[in-house]
Amino acid sequence: MASKKSQKTKTKPNLKTVSNSNPSPSPEEMKKLYYDMLLIRRFEEKAGQLYGMGLIGGFCHLYIGQEAVVTGIQSVQEDQDTVVTTYRDHGHMLAQGMDPRGVMAELTGREGGYSRGKGGSMHMFSQEKGFFGGHGIVGASTAIGTGLGFAHKYKEDGGVAVAYMGDGSANQGQVAECYNMAALWKLPVLYVIENNQYGMGTSVQRSSAGQLYARGAGFGIPGEQVDGMDVFTVQAAARQALDYVRSGNGPYILEVMTYRYRGHSMSDPAKYRTKEEVTDVKENRDPIANLRVMMLEEADIAEDELKVLEKEIKEIIKDTAEFAQESPELPPEDLWTDVLVEV
Amino acid sequence: MPTNILMPALSPTMTEGNLAKWIKQEGDEVSAGDVIAEIETDKATMEVEAVDEGVLGKILITEGTESVAVNTPIAVLLEDGESAGDIDVSAVQASPSPAAAAEESGPVQTSVADQPAGAHVDNRDILYAQGAVFEPPVFDEQAFFEAGTQEMQVREALCAAMSEEMRADETVYVMGEEVAEYNGAYKVTQGMLDEFGEKRVIDTPITEHGFAGLAVGSAMNGLKPVVEFMTFNFSMQAMDHIINSAAKTLYMAGGQLGCPIVFRGPNGAAARVAAQHSQCFASWYAHVPGLKVVSPWSASDAKGLMKAAIRDPNPVIVLENELLYGQTFDVPTDEDYVIPIGRAKIERTGNDVTIVAFSIMVGKALEAAEKLAEQGIDAEVINLRTIRPLDRHTILESVKKTNRIVTCEEGWPFAGIGSEIAALIGEHAFDYLDAPLARVCAADVPLPYAANLEALALPQTDEIIHAARKVCYAD
Repeated sequence: MASKKSQKTKTKPNLKTVSNSNPSPSPEEMKKLYYDMLLIRRFEEKAGQLYGMGLIGGFCHLYIGQEAVVTGIQSVQEDQDTVVTTYRDHGHMLAQGMDPRGVMAELTGREGGYSRGKGGSMHMFSQEKGFFGGHGIVGASTAIGTGLGFAHKYKEDGGVAVAYMGDGSANQGQVAECYNMAALWKLPVLYVIENNQYGMGTSVQRSSAGQLYARGAGFGIPGEQVDGMDVFTVQAAARQALDYVRSGNGPYILEVMTYRYRGHSMSDPAKYRTKEEVTDVKENRDPIANLRVMMLEEADIAEDELKVLEKEIKEIIKDTAEFAQESPELPPEDLWTDVLVEV
Repeated sequence: MPTNILMPALSPTMTEGNLAKWIKQEGDEVSAGDVIAEIETDKATMEVEAVDEGVLGKILITEGTESVAVNTPIAVLLEDGESAGDIDVSAVQASPSPAAAAEESGPVQTSVADQPAGAHVDNRDILYAQGAVFEPPVFDEQAFFEAGTQEMQVREALCAAMSEEMRADETVYVMGEEVAEYNGAYKVTQGMLDEFGEKRVIDTPITEHGFAGLAVGSAMNGLKPVVEFMTFNFSMQAMDHIINSAAKTLYMAGGQLGCPIVFRGPNGAAARVAAQHSQCFASWYAHVPGLKVVSPWSASDAKGLMKAAIRDPNPVIVLENELLYGQTFDVPTDEDYVIPIGRAKIERTGNDVTIVAFSIMVGKALEAAEKLAEQGIDAEVINLRTIRPLDRHTILESVKKTNRIVTCEEGWPFAGIGSEIAALIGEHAFDYLDAPLARVCAADVPLPYAANLEALALPQTDEIIHAARKVCYAD
């Protein structure tokens, strides 16, 4: 599984012919992708650390290992596009351009958080950045994402909804319900299945019959499986998929094969997979390390340039962590606000 | 400056653990993400990863040490250019972590320790302060009736309300099973497809969970959906999105993202459709903060409440009743006839006993009041109109006058709307009561199909009369 190279497969070949490769990304583009992925990783490592110190509580699902997925897709989105995902959402928010301070302060439950501390890790939103959560119920993001797409079409604003789910979500009944409606009404929705191989402790092999990318076939939705550990592969597939969806062809399913290095949530000892499996992915397929090597060895980018970026990120994360700890808690009377919009 | 690596907590409840093994040794270089040690709790063994890069300068807790408190420094990490000589070991060890200090004096209370002091608040008083028991907004309903009325069936009133709001606001659309080409399973959306077209009047597949979630997503992205459930029984399939996605979002978003949506359809028992198709959801939905719940009885209720529901920026549940759809009432013709959500209506004034009802039970309560009048009992009948937020003010003022109260609903008794009103009376009008409150509800059984048993299970006018006479000590 992890060591096996994921195959690129399509269920429906009648896609528009669009260049799906970017054989020579510019040094600037490479550095941007590297920066975006590394920011997510360092943010998540810091979140894990703050959790360990008791400053973050409850459920906290880290995105470490999966950075290439959201970074690759976001890099080819348009401004009017919207995004919704599950509870493993910190990376998606950073990729959408949300302020790391606001995300981290939400994790610590403080006033400076995106939801002022009322939502927590799994429930954050930013209308301004087109991010509609952060949903704790497995499968809910699919239906909400289909609705975001419905609204794009209704308003004729040219937007596409990117609805993320995990391999676990893919088995929820509402996913099939939404595939049906999205295909029936040709809604502009890109469904992204982040297949990190495990729904909590249950491997895909033990939970899912058939291939997840092919589940739209009966509805006439094309699907494709791509390597999610290479940001350029993700980017190329997303570019083609978004173009297909934006052109009015209806939904598209992108199954992105990825891997989470940490447990399902912080308290998961991950007994359901071997240490060798995890180590193999970290050492051989890490999207950030591999891109770094590529930049140094193939793109002739000086290591000092990367060190500047790495230092910048380190400073941002340091500032983020400080802000998240210094931001005040909400006053008690705010317990009672935000239940209803006051008319 | 050297950085302390602290004993991490692996779960919210972990207070201490054993340092099982050091993977990295003093002098080893580490990068962020490297496993440096293994720790054990009674539940699991887990790896500790480095968060920063540097050199492991000093190990403070040797492997094999048991019961290391969370947040105790276990090692020191050196950055570029620092050496082991920079470590002030005494300073590191002399500054016990809060967890370690607490351990000396007793069990660590990690989950509650940082809560704000003085946070005790009286729920009821806060709700009072927010207006929940104050008199709702003044509504001069009589003026609308005097300005002109027309006769309408309840279904026509609902249709007119939706159509008027759709003409006024492009973002309002109607979605549900059979709402468009079939003109509504109960003909509530009759003619709407012809007027508004298939973009705004949308037939869905039979897929309640999916289309409820879809509608919620569209509401977050700028639209105002009116979602019809063919009957509210089928809303159980969609309840996760109604409650988890629609009702809670505003709060979870700290107030920045709401969900303006209406879920409507017939609620309660129809006729002879048996258990799975006959159920009152008033208590279910009224339980949930973040939802508003209205339940019209007359055609004017239906028109004014439906318009209010569509205009409201919050998720609103409209519980209609199939048996009322064909009944005719006078309805004000003014398009601004919008009934404030949260305000009950006194349908009949009286001095001897208060009868509180909603939806189809309002008609039965009025019928009971007429018969009670013939028996010399002067009943006041309150049509709740809104279930949540409940018009506590109107109920309390009435009880203070009559000193006796009967609640009526088609739902089951346990944790029903009558139970909530009983709590209200017990908390705020206890001293005014001359008799214990009486509840008229459905029998506490799934609704039977057989005509004779169905009649026994559903609350009837005679039961209201009996309950009213009982609280008046007339029998």
